[in-house]
Parts: sequence; structure tokens; C-alpha cells
Amino acid sequence: MSTLEFDHVTVRFGRGRAAHTAVDDASLTVRSGTTLGLVGESGSGKSTMARVAVGLEHAGLGAVRLDGVDLTSRSRAARLARRRVQLVFQDPLAALDPRMPVGTSVAEGLLATGRRFSRAEKEARVRELLGLVHIDPGRAGERPARFSGGQRQRITIARALAAEPAVLIADEITSALDVSVQGVVLNLLRELRSALDLTMLFISHNLAVVRYVSDDVAVMRAGRVVEQGPADTVLAAPSDPYTRELLHAVPVMGQPLDLAGKDH
Amino acid sequence: MTRRLLRTPQGLAVLLGLTVVVAATVLGPAVFGDAASTRNIPDRQLPASLAHLFGTDNLGRDLFARVIVATRLSVLLTLGAVGISVAGGVTLGVTAAVLPRPLRRLVTAFIDILLSFPWLLLALFFSVIWGTTATGAMLAIGFAGIPVFARLVATLASSVANTDYVRAARLLGSSPVRTAMLHVLPNILPPLVVNTAAHASVTLLSFAALSFLGLGVQAPEYDWGRLLNEGARSIYLEPMAAIGPGIAIVLTGVLFALLGELLSEDRPRTVPSRAVIRAGDAAAPDGDALVTVTDLRVSFPAGDGSLVERVHGVDLTIRPGEVVGVVGESGSGKSVTAMAIAGLLGPEAQVAAGQLSFDGIDMRGRFSAAQRRRLGLEQAMIFQDPLSSLNPSLTVGRQLTEVSEVHGGLGRGAATRRALEALALVRIPEPLRRIRQLPHEFSGGMRQRAMIAMGLMGSPRLIVADEPTTALDVTVQRQVLHALHDARLRTGAAILLISHDIALVSGFCDRVVVMRDGVVVERLDADRLDEARHPYTRGLIACVPDMTTDRDRPLPVIGVAADEEVPV
Amino acid sequence: MTTPPSVLTSAPLLEKAAGRSIFVLHRLARAAVSFVIVFVAAFLMVQLVPGDPVRAALGPTAPVATVAALRAQLGLDQPLVDRFTAYAGGLLHGDLGMSITSQRPVAEMLAERLPTTLTIAVAALLVAVVGAFPLGVATAVSARGARHRGLDLAVSGLLGVLIAIPNFLLAVLFIATLSIGLGAFPPAGWGTPSQAVLPVLALAIGPLAYLARIVHIEMLRVLDAPYLTTARSKRLPGRLIHLRHALPNIVAATLTAGGVVLVGLVAGTVLIETVFTVPGIGSTIVSSITARDYPLIQGVVIVYALLVLGTNLLIDLALVILDPRSTIAEA
Repeated sequence: MSTLEFDHVTVRFGRGRAAHTAVDDASLTVRSGTTLGLVGESGSGKSTMARVAVGLEHAGLGAVRLDGVDLTSRSRAARLARRRVQLVFQDPLAALDPRMPVGTSVAEGLLATGRRFSRAEKEARVRELLGLVHIDPGRAGERPARFSGGQRQRITIARALAAEPAVLIADEITSALDVSVQGVVLNLLRELRSALDLTMLFISHNLAVVRYVSDDVAVMRAGRVVEQGPADTVLAAPSDPYTRELLHAVPVMGQPLDLAGKDH
Repeated sequence: MTRRLLRTPQGLAVLLGLTVVVAATVLGPAVFGDAASTRNIPDRQLPASLAHLFGTDNLGRDLFARVIVATRLSVLLTLGAVGISVAGGVTLGVTAAVLPRPLRRLVTAFIDILLSFPWLLLALFFSVIWGTTATGAMLAIGFAGIPVFARLVATLASSVANTDYVRAARLLGSSPVRTAMLHVLPNILPPLVVNTAAHASVTLLSFAALSFLGLGVQAPEYDWGRLLNEGARSIYLEPMAAIGPGIAIVLTGVLFALLGELLSEDRPRTVPSRAVIRAGDAAAPDGDALVTVTDLRVSFPAGDGSLVERVHGVDLTIRPGEVVGVVGESGSGKSVTAMAIAGLLGPEAQVAAGQLSFDGIDMRGRFSAAQRRRLGLEQAMIFQDPLSSLNPSLTVGRQLTEVSEVHGGLGRGAATRRALEALALVRIPEPLRRIRQLPHEFSGGMRQRAMIAMGLMGSPRLIVADEPTTALDVTVQRQVLHALHDARLRTGAAILLISHDIALVSGFCDRVVVMRDGVVVERLDADRLDEARHPYTRGLIACVPDMTTDRDRPLPVIGVAADEEVPV
Repeated sequence: MTTPPSVLTSAPLLEKAAGRSIFVLHRLARAAVSFVIVFVAAFLMVQLVPGDPVRAALGPTAPVATVAALRAQLGLDQPLVDRFTAYAGGLLHGDLGMSITSQRPVAEMLAERLPTTLTIAVAALLVAVVGAFPLGVATAVSARGARHRGLDLAVSGLLGVLIAIPNFLLAVLFIATLSIGLGAFPPAGWGTPSQAVLPVLALAIGPLAYLARIVHIEMLRVLDAPYLTTARSKRLPGRLIHLRHALPNIVAATLTAGGVVLVGLVAGTVLIETVFTVPGIGSTIVSSITARDYPLIQGVVIVYALLVLGTNLLIDLALVILDPRSTIAEA
């Protein structure tokens, strides 16, 4: 059981006059065995949060802790702990090496476990993982170009799962996909969550998608967390005006858009 | 690769050329060695003839034989120099890539400085040091090429190092060496090979130049450049003495360059001419329709030259003032249909239709001046990417006023006043300041509203909006749709809204047309979506979670086909 | 969704100007560093020659006294640092030493010959740039329209051939056909305008073809850009679409990609001057290298480096004027 905790994280980019605060004193907790949905518009800092957690970005202030271990430090313990947090990227086209068979890519995930696998064990594990994400294990030797966008995204999920992560971070993983494919990936996440008891940070700009997969919801705007709490509470009775504005702007099937509302 | 060499005429030519060059390199001196070195004073400086294709030199030696024999030295020196350039460049580039940041910047800055000097100057500099010999020239040209490859390797490596798959490997704990061997190297090797072939061409010419200057190969040895040098001295007597070696240099240079082009995978494909096939005016025009489309078929050339039909017989009618939405996923043909209605498909598209007209104007053919004027004033377009749909080097004002000036006959002052009104109408604050700015100074939502304002410069009767809000945040999306709505109220224009978001379309439009794989599967009134009959429409509505979706049940899925299809 | 929004809502004019001057300063600094590197390299060149440079220049049979005299003239008997300060100090006063072969001041020799080289280089640069744009634009527009496919293929084939032929070979061909064959232009020498025609053409045609191809490719890219679809949707006349909407967007990319070619053209004067026996600085370099006239070589290298750096700076300045956006972004 693992808890991921962002403790007053601040991230700044650039220097001097061009400096820009991407994340501003943001605190979040992903409770063990649950999914936290992180919503925000472009530039809100939600992806930066994910990148800080896995060490792709450096936090200027604050800490990200996995079960009490600070992931942002340079120690060996932090480095090993960071491998237990895995990130699934937005663009499945870019996230797989075009010249590497997908099975090898998935097997790469086993590195993060720190254990040694024999060739046979490796193959068996890859077959198992591909089966888990509903990809024919017989196609493990094929290159990514032979798979569709949705399939590639499922393969990157399998690679992340191979690392046996304590926490899985999904950064806009459905926004590059068609809506029908999005449904397939969301269903897969639900399945995996109940089968593997995953702890997950699910990042998206799409409120309805976040609502569908999350137990808790946090809303970010301009680097700050403006609201967080149980999904039902935050989305049914938002206390922050920005959350209300977001909710209001989402088109609802079959209902005329309300365009008369306030503009900026 | 081998297949490409054998199949295309270009490939065959390269294969043939390589065979000839290799044969001349290996066998040349053995076969033509005698003819090339036997002195025959009575026959000196003969003009070109069948017996002596390029004539003879001042010692009576056959120049054609000498050109063939010179192949070996020219090719071997070229290979040697290319080897030095590649080995040195890869070492320097890889070193630069793995150095700590400050040192890396220093090394790349140094490479950049070396690159700013032409190879000839570097080669001359080196040949001062190593002397004017064949080996000296090889070292000089080889070293002069090192910065080129260092730069290439550094650029390629850093572009691969910045991909998500390398990041993913890092997150998984892959060591830098493992990542370099398994991810970086395999992905930079193919472009490196391509560039090596292209560089061989440059190197060959460089050698010729150095030897021509007398700074490369020295007598009694000779390469093509040396022969050219000697031939140029006797050019008054026999031009072929100079032109012969020149032909060898150019042909071999072109051969290496073509080999590089062939090795690189994306070659330009040929574009067949536009042919508008008229399938007879089948459907009678609907009296009050603004846009009438019957049996629209659009094909595009595929990679192998065959035609692939992407829109298969679409019918669509838009009445004046109507708001019609076309919904579909990628590959449904919705955007192609919209562009065909606007007559803006590229020359490679083949359009066929029973009827394709906008207010009496046939959109399939070329337009008369009067028709262009009407279309310019009465049709407006909004595209998906607000950054790239405005011209980056013209002010927003210029892009707005030109329609009024070109088609509306307004003077600059009147057009500017009109542009200010239009910007105010789409709620762009401070229009006086904004009108003088370039598009990159606008935010995404503002650019899209500026596009709408551009449409308002004429007297629009149809606004085609192709995914106008897909690239925007939801709150900005609402502002843009608001502006579009206002524009319609103001002008009474019909709107054709293309989107993948059925909820958005249903909320904005009067009618919804659902497309899939180039075919219209269903037409519905926007307020009657719940009466959808076609399973695809119903699936499209159900598969998108909304704020009321039951979270304890899996989302309905539209067949597996959509996901299993491999994109081409 | 991952990129921050570009809310460049108000970039004051002052900031833009600052961006441009930072870019220019940056490029000036780079040119200065480049020149220092070239200068040091030119100075050290004599040291880098394997063995004894003086023996290498005079040959093994030269009498000891001559060798000693030359060694003294080159200053090789003094410590390296002293020599460097003397050489650098001399440069500041326009003193580049004495040529070994002609025993004249190098600076004076180069000053006599520089105007000729500059004339050829500038004329060829102008011909290349002025010729490339209309050619590239016209072929791109025609290729996209796909109405004259035979002509398009022929022109692109011709450009390919012109790119493949090195300038010295083209020069030889010109002499063989135009001056010896037709007698239209003199095959060598310098002084009259007709003597300048062939050198300038031979030097300009390759870069012209190469640049035209870059313009062609850039133009095709821009013609497919969404903003040109916007321009077409306004049903503007072709002239406005190509000249107002497309052309300004290709100039910067063309200059950036074509810079190497234009700089290479400056160096090409070495070959061209040799073929046409033009008395510029290019034709001296070959004889000075063969004769191992080190002070003259050093002088020529430094002057050529200055020409190259100057051309680079000119291109950068043109970029600042023509495409303020990219230069500000880089700054």
C-alpha cells in the first residue's frame, strides 16, 4: 500500500524577467489504492506535477513523498523509490521506440523491479502483461508502427505495469485518441485498478473523463491547487468559482450550450 | 532497401553506376594500366577520336585509360577522407552529448564556429600543415569534414534523447550506456548512413578541387582532379582532355548523392494533375438550398501512386442561416467534405460529385472573377489550429482588411474602420492596438476570434468551422463559440461546424450529420439525439463519459474495429 | 495540453528592440570569438608543421646562412609568447609581416588584391540571391499546380545538374565553350567588365541553383501551410497569395539554410581566381602554400576568415530585419 504526497511543491522555469512559476505551492495526496483525478486547463501546471514526481523536472521548493521517502532528493533511496512511480505519456506515437519490437519495450519495464529475470521468465511476463492490456501476445515481436494509437497506448501502459509501480501516473493519456478508443483505454484502466489494486494519479483536461475514473478530484489553475476532495463533492457542489466555471463550460449531450454566461 | 534498388529506375541506375565504379576501382589499373602509362610521343596531344575517346596527353598517353585508372585513387582517397570525417565526427559528437552541460555547450559552440567556415578554407589550412601530398589532402579534407558530422551526431542524438521513449527508459532505471546502445544508436544510425553517402559526394568534389589547385595528388600519381588540372592547361588544343575527367567527377559525385537520396526513406512523391470528373448533374437543385452536395467522392493518391477514395458519395444540403454540425472520428472524411464544399482541397485531391454548389456557384471548376469576388465576400473559414491558420508575418489588421480591399472595393481607411468594428464584435479588447499586432502576440482563443472577425469583413452567407475549438481549453472554447454565435446573429450566415465532439455539436447546431469512414451514417435534429437509430451514432453518444455517467459500469464500446485498424 | 499557453498578450516595442539587439550582440560576440580562434590558429600554423618549417620551405639543400636568415625573419628564434604579442600587435597596426617570396609587406599585397576578390564575391552573391528567389518561387508554384509536369521535371533536373557540377569544372566548361568555342568572352585576365562575366557566372551558378532549390522546397512547405489555405479561402488573386502571403514566410528559412552556400561561395573565389588567372587574394593562396610563404598564407587565411565572418554577419543582420520573431526567440 502506497501513498504519494505532494508537499508544498513549487516549480519555476527560466530566470530573471522571463521566469515563470509553473507550480505554485501545490499540495496533493494520492491515497493508497485510490485514483486522484487532477484537472486543469493548459498551463495550469498539472503535467509539471507529474514530471516532478518522476524526476523529469526539479522542484525548487517542497517535496514529493512516496510512503515517506522524498522522491526529489538526490539520494540512492530516492532514486530507487522513484522507479516505483511510473508515468504513462500523452502521445503514444512518441512514447515507444519506433525501431524496438513492442515486446522488448514492455520487457524494459522489468528493469525497474531491480530483479533479474531469465529469458524464459522475461518472455512469460511480457506475454502476461500484453494479455492484461488485451494485446495479442503473439505480436510481441512487431514494431510499434504496426499498431494503432489506442493499441500503442495500451502497450505503454503494459510497460509501466511491468515496473510493478506503487503509483501509476497517467498524463493526458486519452487526449490524443479518438473518443471510441478513449472508451477502450478508460475501461482498461478501471479493470486494472480493480485487478491490481493500483494507486493512480490521473491527469486530464477533461472533467467528465476525470470524474469517470477518479475517487478524489483536485483542480489546478495557474500553478495552484484551487480545490480538492472526493469526486462527488467537488464536482457536484464545487466551492471554488473556477471549478464552477469549468463545470459550466462542459458541453452536455443534447442540451443547447449556454453562451450567454460571463466572459473574461 | 535491396528491393528499392531493384524496383525503381533510379535504383537500377544507382546499382549500375556503383557496379561500374567498383569495377573500375578494382580492375581499372590491371586492364587499362598499360594504355594509361605507355608513352607514345608521335601520338601526343591527339584530339578526341574513337581510338582515343578523350584524346591523348602531351606524352601520348590515352586520356580515357588514365581517367579509368584514376578511379582507384580518387575513390580510395574519398573513402579514406569520409572515414576520417565520420570517425572523428561521431567521436566528437558523442563526446559532446555525454559531457556535463557547461562543457557540452562549449564543445557545441566550438563545432558551430568551425562549421561557419567553408570546407575549402579548413582544408587549405590543414594542407599547409600536412603538406601538398595525397595523404596530406586526405587528412585535410577528412578533418575539414569532422565538424559536419559532429554537428549531425549531436543534433540527432539530442533529438532522440528528448523523446518520450528515452524518458520512459530513464524512469525505468535504464543506465545511460544501455539507453545509448538500445535506443539512441539504432535511431541515429539510418540518418547517419544517408548523410555519409551524401558527404562522400561532397568529399569527392573536394578532392578534385584540391588536386585541381595542385595541392592534392602530385605527379607522377594522378587522380581525376589532377587530370582535370593537366587537361585545363591544354584546353585550347583539346577541350575533351579537361571535360573527360570532369564527366567522371560529376557522374561519380551524382552517383553518391543519389545513393544517399535512395537510402533516405522519405522521398518526394509525385503528384498527379487535378482532374475534376463530372458525374452528370443528377440531382435537381433544391430551390432554397445555400449549399447542395450530392454524391460527393474525393480521392487522394496513395504512396504507391494509386488513388484511394476517402469520401464515398456524401449528400449534404445547407439552407440559408442553418447551423449544421458534422460529427465523426479521425478518418471519417468530415474535414475533406468541408474543404470540398469550400473548394479548397489541394491540387492532389480528385473531386467528383453529382452536384457541388454554393449558392449557384459550381465549386468543382475554376471560378470566374465575379465568382471569386462573391466567394471571397460570402464564405468564411475557421480552422483547427489557431496558430497556423493566421499568417505569421502579416499584421492581424492587414489580414482582415485585404478582403474588403480586394473584393469589397473599400479604401484602406474604410477597410480599417470595418476591421475595428469586426474585432470589437468578436470581443477582442483594445482593437486599435490589436490590429497592428502580429498573430503570435494573440492568445489561442483570440486568434480564433480574429479568424471569425476576418469572416465578418465581407457579407458572409456560410461560415465553415473545421474543429474550431479542439485545440482550445473548455473555457476558451465557450468564448469562441459565443463569438461564432454572435457572428451568425449579426449576419444571418449559415454555419457548417465540423467536430469530433458530439456533445458540442448537439449543443450548438440545429442539425447533426454523423460520418464514419467517408460515409454519412445518420442525420438527426440536434434536440433528438436520443432518437438515434444507427448503432454507430448511439455508440458515439454512449462511449463518451459525461457528468452523469455511471462510474461503476464499463463504458460501452463501438466494436473493436476502430481500435484494431492500423493507421497507414 | 502539456505546453504552457503562449499568452504573449502585450510584448512592448521596447522588449522587441531589446530582443533584437541581444541577438545582434550575441552574433557579434560569436564572430569576435571566431576571429580570435582563427587568428591564434593562423599564428600557430607554422608551429604545427611537422619537422622544421624553415627547412620545409627552403628545401634540404639551402645553405645554413639562408636558413638562419629566414628563421630570424619569421621570428622563430624568439620565444613563442613574444612572437605572438608581436604578431598581434602588428595586426593592430595593419602589419602582417613580410612575404618570403616577394619580400614585400603582406598587408600591402593583400590590400592591392582584395578589391578584385570582393568585386567577384559580391557580384556573384547578388546574382545568386537575386536569381534564386524568382526561380525557386516560380518552380514551386508550378509544381504545386501540377499542370506542366514535363517542364517542372526538366527544370528540377537542370537545377540538380547545376548543383552537382563544381564551380572550377563549370569554369573550365565555360572557357571551353563560351570563350574558346564561341569567342564570346575572354578566357582569362581581369580589368574589363567582359572579363568579369565568366568568373562571376561560374562562381554564382552553383549556389544560385542550390538556393533556388531551397526556395522551392520552402515555398512548397509554405504553400501547404494552413494560413495559405486561409488566404485561398479569401479568394485572393495568385499574385497576392504568392507574394504577400507566401514569400515573406520563406525568406528567413531560406537564408538560414542557404547561409552555408553563400559562405561557401566566398571561399569558391580561390578556385575561380585560379582558373581565370584573376589577380585576387584567392589566386595567391595556392602559390603561397606551394612556396611555403608562411606570412602570406597567414595573411590570406586571416583575410578570408574576415570575409567569411562578414558574410555570416550580413546574413544574420538580414535575418534580424526580415524575421524579427525567430531572432527574438533565439535571444
